[in-house]
Amino acid sequence: MEFANIILQGVLVGGLYALFAAGLSLIFGVMRLVNIAHGDLIVLAAYAAMVVVQATGLHPLGALVLVVPLLATFGYALQRLILNRTLGKDLLPPLLVTFGLSVILQNGLLEVFTADSRKLNAGVLEVASFQLGDAISIGYLPLLMFATAVGVIAGLQFLFYRTALGRAFRATSDDAEVAQLMGLDRRHIFACAMALCLAVVAIAGVFLAIRSNFDPFMGPGRLIFGFEAVIIGGLGNLWGTLVGGVILGVAQAVGAEINPGWQVLAGHLAFILVLAIRPTGLFPRIDG
Amino acid sequence: MSDLLEIDDLHAFYGDFQALHGVSLRVRAGEVQALIGANGAGKSTLLKSICGLVAGRQGSVRWRGAELLGQAPNRIVAQGIALVPEGRRLFPSLSVEENLILGGQVARPGPWSLRAVYDLFPILQEKRAAPSTSLSGGQQQMVSIGRALMSNPELILLDELSLGLAPIVIKDIYARLPRITGQGMAAILVEQDVTRALGSASAFVCLAEGRVALAGAPGAFGREAISAAYFGT
Repeated sequence: MEFANIILQGVLVGGLYALFAAGLSLIFGVMRLVNIAHGDLIVLAAYAAMVVVQATGLHPLGALVLVVPLLATFGYALQRLILNRTLGKDLLPPLLVTFGLSVILQNGLLEVFTADSRKLNAGVLEVASFQLGDAISIGYLPLLMFATAVGVIAGLQFLFYRTALGRAFRATSDDAEVAQLMGLDRRHIFACAMALCLAVVAIAGVFLAIRSNFDPFMGPGRLIFGFEAVIIGGLGNLWGTLVGGVILGVAQAVGAEINPGWQVLAGHLAFILVLAIRPTGLFPRIDG
Repeated sequence: MSDLLEIDDLHAFYGDFQALHGVSLRVRAGEVQALIGANGAGKSTLLKSICGLVAGRQGSVRWRGAELLGQAPNRIVAQGIALVPEGRRLFPSLSVEENLILGGQVARPGPWSLRAVYDLFPILQEKRAAPSTSLSGGQQQMVSIGRALMSNPELILLDELSLGLAPIVIKDIYARLPRITGQGMAAILVEQDVTRALGSASAFVCLAEGRVALAGAPGAFGREAISAAYFGT
């Protein structure tokens, strides 16, 4: 029973990793952009939530009402003003520019908020749990994180395959030149994708800030978890990304049980194992 | 009838390579122009230049008197010019119907709708939910034509409709062209098969090495003159 508990906690944490990864997957899928600054944007969202909470006194989850549109607007502008100029046949310029953005974000946050660890206080939600049998106890916060991840991915899936915007995303991803001949402005489509990505990043950032301490330099670590979840699940497959997050979470939970120092390492090992056996991930997108 | 499209002294470049050297062309409303020429003569480049897909251009491309050069492709299609690109280039992750709907994105008023496209190509209605890449070459070409029609253009640019298709399928598609152009839509038809192209058009332009080698009505020149212009002899 104790083992079942470890697995279950790992699954629930996997939801957070899936939230880290969903935006990464979305952006790569639509515009083949590998966003090195993704983790730092999650941390930026955490600080944005902190500022909102301090200024308004809202509950951290309530602060999402402001943080999500704030980050989405930032994403739209970021894509329109900077990242669109880097996109082309060459994959290197966007990689370099987002790497630079990552450095700027880290040092900018350090300058404004200092290197002190921060945390958002979600009150009783952080410790509340319910019992499932004798050995299993489920925290409301991890459960909420997981449910949110499922909801976000279901929402993205619906948007991609059932709406006009999703159709435009897929068409632009298939063939950006011909998509323009259909009257789609690719700069606007890409900016919408980035806005959507940062809306998800905002949610991930708030949960990150409630669950653990954060500081300006923890972005790259979140980026790695996100990348690993995307690759394990298979590029371009959103549900696969959720499974990838869960596998990562479970591997870390099991690793931590064996030896607390092995938590992060176990996740990386699981990642390498999947990469060695299925280089395209567990559920690669069939088409294209 | 007045000129819809006026191209004057158009030069087009891919980097250092010059593909068009001062091409001039007129298309009147409702007119079908055949654009012929050997491989590499600049036919596709000319069509792409009209749509705004070639970055390096000099000269003038006027649509109803307004300059198109410098406008983004998505703006040009909204003004009534649609391209059926060489090689069809459907969106593989979209179904047949989604490809068509996307073609209607610019929502210009006119006779073409999903209904009208399915009337023209009934097989597409049967395959509407299928992934666009699962169709045969001829059916994919129908989707590509239908997708362009969905924007209700006044000028449709047809690039190598017959490329890679069986003769019987080509015949079938050409048999339906009058139903498209019969409604007053102008067309520029690029085709390898010179006889077929001239037979479907009221005027033609022959390109050779990026220049206009011969232009006029198909009946005005003998086969020798057209052949000489085509091969540059």
